[in-house]
Amino acid sequence: MQKRIRFSWAAPSPPDLAATDQVLPFAWSIPVLSGVIGGSIAVFLSLLGMVEVSSGRDIISDVLSMGQVLVLLPLIYATYRSVNQTALLACVDQDKKRIAPWLFLAGALAGLVSCALLALLVLIGTTVDLQAFFVRASPTLYDLLTLGMGVPAGLLVLLAIGALVGILLAAVSLLPGQLRRSIVLGMVLIPVVAILHSTLFSGSGLSLLAAVIILLLVGGASYLWSSSQDTVKERVADLSPARQRNMRLGAWVAAGLIVLALPLLGAYPADILDMIGLYALMGLGLNIVVGFAGLLDLGYVAFFALGAYTLGVLTSPEILWTGVTLTFWQALPFAVGVSTLAGIILGVPVLGMRGDYLAIVTLGFGEIIRLVFLSDWLKPYIGGSNGITRIAKPAIGPIVLNNQQGLFYPILVGCLVVAFISLRSKNSRLGRAWMAVREDEDVAQAMGIDLVRTKLLAFATGAAFAGLAGAFFATKLTSIYPHSFHLLVSINVLCVVIVGGMGSIPGVVVGSLALVGLPEVLREFSEYRLLMYGAALVLMMLNRPEGLLPEARRRLELHEADEELEDYAAAELETLPATAAAANPVPPGGLTESGDQ
Amino acid sequence: MLQRLRRRVSGTMVAMWLIGLAILAVVVVGTIRTLASGAYSGAEWLDLSIYGIAQGSIYALIALGYTLVYGILRMINFAHSEVFMSGPFIAYFAATAVDDAGLLEDQNWVFGLLIVMLVAMVVSTTVAVLLERIAYRPLRRAPRLVPLITAIGASFFLQYTFLGLFGSGIRGYPEIEALKGRMMIPGTSIPILRTQLLVIVAAMLMLAILYIFVQRTKVGKAMQAVSEDKDAAALMGIDVDRIIVVTFVVGGALAGAAGIFYVLLFHQVHFFMGFFPGLKAFTAAVLGGIGNVTGAMLGGLFLGIAESLFPNLVLDGLGIPAPYQLKDALAFVLLVLILIFRPSGILGERLAVKKA
Repeated sequence: MQKRIRFSWAAPSPPDLAATDQVLPFAWSIPVLSGVIGGSIAVFLSLLGMVEVSSGRDIISDVLSMGQVLVLLPLIYATYRSVNQTALLACVDQDKKRIAPWLFLAGALAGLVSCALLALLVLIGTTVDLQAFFVRASPTLYDLLTLGMGVPAGLLVLLAIGALVGILLAAVSLLPGQLRRSIVLGMVLIPVVAILHSTLFSGSGLSLLAAVIILLLVGGASYLWSSSQDTVKERVADLSPARQRNMRLGAWVAAGLIVLALPLLGAYPADILDMIGLYALMGLGLNIVVGFAGLLDLGYVAFFALGAYTLGVLTSPEILWTGVTLTFWQALPFAVGVSTLAGIILGVPVLGMRGDYLAIVTLGFGEIIRLVFLSDWLKPYIGGSNGITRIAKPAIGPIVLNNQQGLFYPILVGCLVVAFISLRSKNSRLGRAWMAVREDEDVAQAMGIDLVRTKLLAFATGAAFAGLAGAFFATKLTSIYPHSFHLLVSINVLCVVIVGGMGSIPGVVVGSLALVGLPEVLREFSEYRLLMYGAALVLMMLNRPEGLLPEARRRLELHEADEELEDYAAAELETLPATAAAANPVPPGGLTESGDQ
Repeated sequence: MLQRLRRRVSGTMVAMWLIGLAILAVVVVGTIRTLASGAYSGAEWLDLSIYGIAQGSIYALIALGYTLVYGILRMINFAHSEVFMSGPFIAYFAATAVDDAGLLEDQNWVFGLLIVMLVAMVVSTTVAVLLERIAYRPLRRAPRLVPLITAIGASFFLQYTFLGLFGSGIRGYPEIEALKGRMMIPGTSIPILRTQLLVIVAAMLMLAILYIFVQRTKVGKAMQAVSEDKDAAALMGIDVDRIIVVTFVVGGALAGAAGIFYVLLFHQVHFFMGFFPGLKAFTAAVLGGIGNVTGAMLGGLFLGIAESLFPNLVLDGLGIPAPYQLKDALAFVLLVLILIFRPSGILGERLAVKKA
């Protein structure tokens, strides 16, 4: 029999296992801790200057700016955490209404505490000169946080908003599942649409009416879909196999045509697409090294640089010591070849090392290449700090692809070729050998896999793809300088692979869309790009190490332990009396989440 | 006989030894040619060596942080360079305040410097402990690349957090009047910059204290036990989590002190200042054999001296223009060579399970 649990203000009487009504004290620590976490994040974002730089863009004209959304997000997180954990503590996932007042209290309190921290920042900032320490703690920031209403009045409004957000969130959490999901989806899509709108049509946000329409449309559509998706799926399954195949083919052709037409949007979108393509290309290469074979290569940029410099040296009319000036297509095989060769030469000595040493050695190698390119030593040959300019553009017959739109197509073809190679090798004998090496070197060796040869092939393939990307990069910019090949490029590519999902090929594309495309859409945050990459790496590793679009095998590997624990916890829960269960709630997302308290 | 030999000596090994011999030849030829040309006087070599020792003792202090953590957790704490940076960066505000209060003047500069150093050590320690608590502890049993990637992420997050909060400018530390200029090393006639002497003496003192701490105290012995075998140590009644925190505290405090020494030599802080010293300190730790406390100390000193002497000694003789530009590259070349030829370092690793 499921016991019913209530909250009370006071400490509980000694536990009475026979009673059907269990009285628990309201856990004040949950909303307070949630509020402190959310408030700290909000204060942090404010002090970083992110709130200020993004307040220029409107989400809903005259109502809500992106800066305000940025303050609201940690607030929403805090109240969500508070309401959710309070509900979990009472084990009332099904019947939340019974403790509704407590949920409202938890939400409102978390919101209040969060906003109190922000208010404290404003109070301190307006009395002491914080700008001597924090460069972005400007009066404009305080003005934004108090909604332009000055210190006493604005602070009260701020606190009221916090409490209001908490109460609204608690109310939403009480709605039935389907309706709740529809509302949340609508709310999420409003800023997304608004940001796209203001990126494409310079500046203006949505009107209030448009926002309401989006909420109703999206919410309504999602509500309808969730109630009718089963019948739609059944109908599709009833169709003849030939028609199903045709439908799938049609979808692929449509998607392909859309991708081919994308550069027609203009020079600037095409430029972004080129960068996304280049990072996808490099990501696919690194995916083989890191994702398939499990070798952490932090000097990946070295091969990228070698490809770019080879192309530059061979095609630029400025560099004469080679005695030849090739066209792009003639030089491309050399660029790929030089990178591959470098991969093999570096690979032979270092691949015997254990994983983390390999990371540092490759990192060192990347820096050596950059420092050598930058030094005066090789200046007569590769330009030193002046770099190489006037690099050839690719030409197909009489058409020279000399703009960003045209370059998209060779990059796209490169991506497709590389993706095809990855896909085919993944399930080949070699691909399986890579994964065996990734899982356990010793066992793989015992199974008869030649470790050095297998690792070397992964390393060389990755290097070849990087060289290809480097060649495209050089021709895209027509001039290259050593500082374009900083360690940060390696880190960016690593982020693309990890955020997308190590070992997953569609994951790499999603990763480069998210990490290269998104910052271009959110131009205000360009100076915080690496900060967000760093945070993304840590959060990804802590919460979802398998990435956004995980490879099936990897997900299994990373969550095996969790599932065992969950099974164990579930078994424990069944055997223990409800009091113990209530004291140690197991969140549905697995025990990993409880680690952050 | 020949066949047995051929089976034991593989082609890669021969190639590697040939590369090694070639590098050795380059080093020898470069050195002889530089010395024969007489481009630098004896005093200049002495200056470079002392500078190298000062720099090297800073590397040694940072390297200890890497080596202690690696010994216990088997992970490269990539964010340790940011632990090193954060201390002196925040202590800059303390330093300006102390300077305004007149505590860096003639008589009481020692007191003022101690305050600044304490602030730096506390900040670095806090950052190190928070890192352990938030980023590393939940990943104790994760596959081995996961904590390393987390550490890389944390490193960039911290770097750009400091950039975002405090700006990208270089901040100049107030200079201490009493430490300007040169003096003779007591008892000899070797001139030395006062700051260099202070840094070398203080760093040596800290290294000695740490050595005694690890070898003699109960906590130090517990650290050794945990790095030997975590489970057995836990069975012996050692609180493993607490010892890991202590390790991060010790590493953080040493990094904070190293940061202040670094500032004494270079007088400025910058959000990216941790990167190269961090990498080089890691090189030093590997050089001495990772997990080995004495090794990290010697490795740091060796790297500092090598870095300040090698460009002039070797590259100059080979006719490479502006050899100083290749100083950083040399450190990495050294790292790569050590890992290839003697991955267990000069003094050997002190790890319980090889290839862990």
